[in-house]
Amino acid sequence: MSDTLMTIHLKVWRQDAPTQPGKFVQYTVPGVNPHMSFLEMFDLLNEQLSAKGEIPVEFDNDCREGICGSCSMVINGMPHGPQRGTAACQLHMRHFKDGDHVVVEPWRAAAFPMIRDLVVDRTSLDRIIAAGGYISTNTGAPPDANSLPVSKDDSDRAFDYAACIGCGACVAACPNASASLFTAAKIGHLALLPQGAPERKRRVINMVEQMEKEGFGDCSNHGECEAACPKEISISAIAMMRREYVKAVVGG
Amino acid sequence: MKEPNKLLSALTSQVGRKLLTGITGVLLVLFVISHLSGNLALLRSDSAPFNQYTQTLHSFGMLLIIVEIGLGLLILLHAYLGIAIMLRKRAARKQGYDVVASKGGPSRQSLSSRTMAVTGIILLIFLVIHIVQMRFGPNISQGYSTIINGQEVRDLHRLVLEVFSNIWWVAFYVGVMMMLGFHLRHGIWSALQSLAAMKPRYSTAIYSVAFLLAVLLAVGFLILPIWIYINHRGATV
Repeated sequence: MSDTLMTIHLKVWRQDAPTQPGKFVQYTVPGVNPHMSFLEMFDLLNEQLSAKGEIPVEFDNDCREGICGSCSMVINGMPHGPQRGTAACQLHMRHFKDGDHVVVEPWRAAAFPMIRDLVVDRTSLDRIIAAGGYISTNTGAPPDANSLPVSKDDSDRAFDYAACIGCGACVAACPNASASLFTAAKIGHLALLPQGAPERKRRVINMVEQMEKEGFGDCSNHGECEAACPKEISISAIAMMRREYVKAVVGG
Repeated sequence: MKEPNKLLSALTSQVGRKLLTGITGVLLVLFVISHLSGNLALLRSDSAPFNQYTQTLHSFGMLLIIVEIGLGLLILLHAYLGIAIMLRKRAARKQGYDVVASKGGPSRQSLSSRTMAVTGIILLIFLVIHIVQMRFGPNISQGYSTIINGQEVRDLHRLVLEVFSNIWWVAFYVGVMMMLGFHLRHGIWSALQSLAAMKPRYSTAIYSVAFLLAVLLAVGFLILPIWIYINHRGATV
């Protein structure tokens, strides 16, 4: 693979404050190493901006290894960029060509209020979790190992759903700005495990209700969330959430 | 929480709305299938089979009217839910993206899925026109009568032939039936996904079956006006 440095032309959303109107600003970033991640390319841009005395672009980031769910950039119209199964921090610049034009926007949803530039407030997702995405467990001595039998199939599916890192790419990708995949992944994860059984019914009802209260849109089964999810969580989770919901309502 | 309130809030929740959209959608697809199978009698050059079919339907009397009212309510509920979803979607993303692209892979996003509200509203307007034109169109008293089994009945076959001898009506019906195909392409898949009856490994198969059914229904309907225009033009007017 070539180590030839690239020049990338960026069109980035800049907005100083939620109350001020934002706009796209064009930047040309020379010296981009193909081994850099997309976020490292932004670090390079920000160094160049700082050197010129300009205000760096704000963007959320933390672990930079695809597990924290902080990064939140819509890259050329796709949350986390064109590569499937990765967050923006794991998207490497070798997937772009020298001289490429790239448009970078924040997550867009009424339930994700703007903070600054590419940073939005995703605490609405935390409030959905707080509405029921937890289990009650007794403190004290740990239970015997293997005292709670869980079938391999169930534990595998629960793990697939538990892989959600809460980044909100599903919401950003959804034409309706629905949080169904996020909410369903948590409901499915806990419904498949015995630890989730005590709150099973009220969890699904309360989390679905909270999703509505936060102003997320309805699911229209576009399936774009699954394509955008850095953990590739299947929309079968949403089907399971609906089943859980019906069971909770009908079963009282 | 009181029981009736609980059920009502469940039906009006995001999950409830989606399930109701799916259930009403599946019932409407069943109606569309039965409507097409009856209308295929129009492919016969003889007017008797089609008039016989409509006469059989009308022989149910009160039962037919109850089914018609039920269908009307189904359509109104389905349309109401769809429009509510569209309005909520607009509120959920007030500021849109500069660039929108699908990431492909498992995405089922398509022109069909993005235009459900538009095709749905077109179909609703079409239904009003279609019902006024056919159901409440010229009857026995306007001379549209024929004899089936020794009994004077409405000659709906004659009305259908007259309508479809006009190239503009043919174009209108063909255009709307293409919209029906687009609506069903996403709609059938979406209803089945909403009613939660699938595993990921069946997803592609169900998506393909939905496509096939949508094409069959749309082509089945739109071939009728074209067939009649070609075979009966000038024959009845």
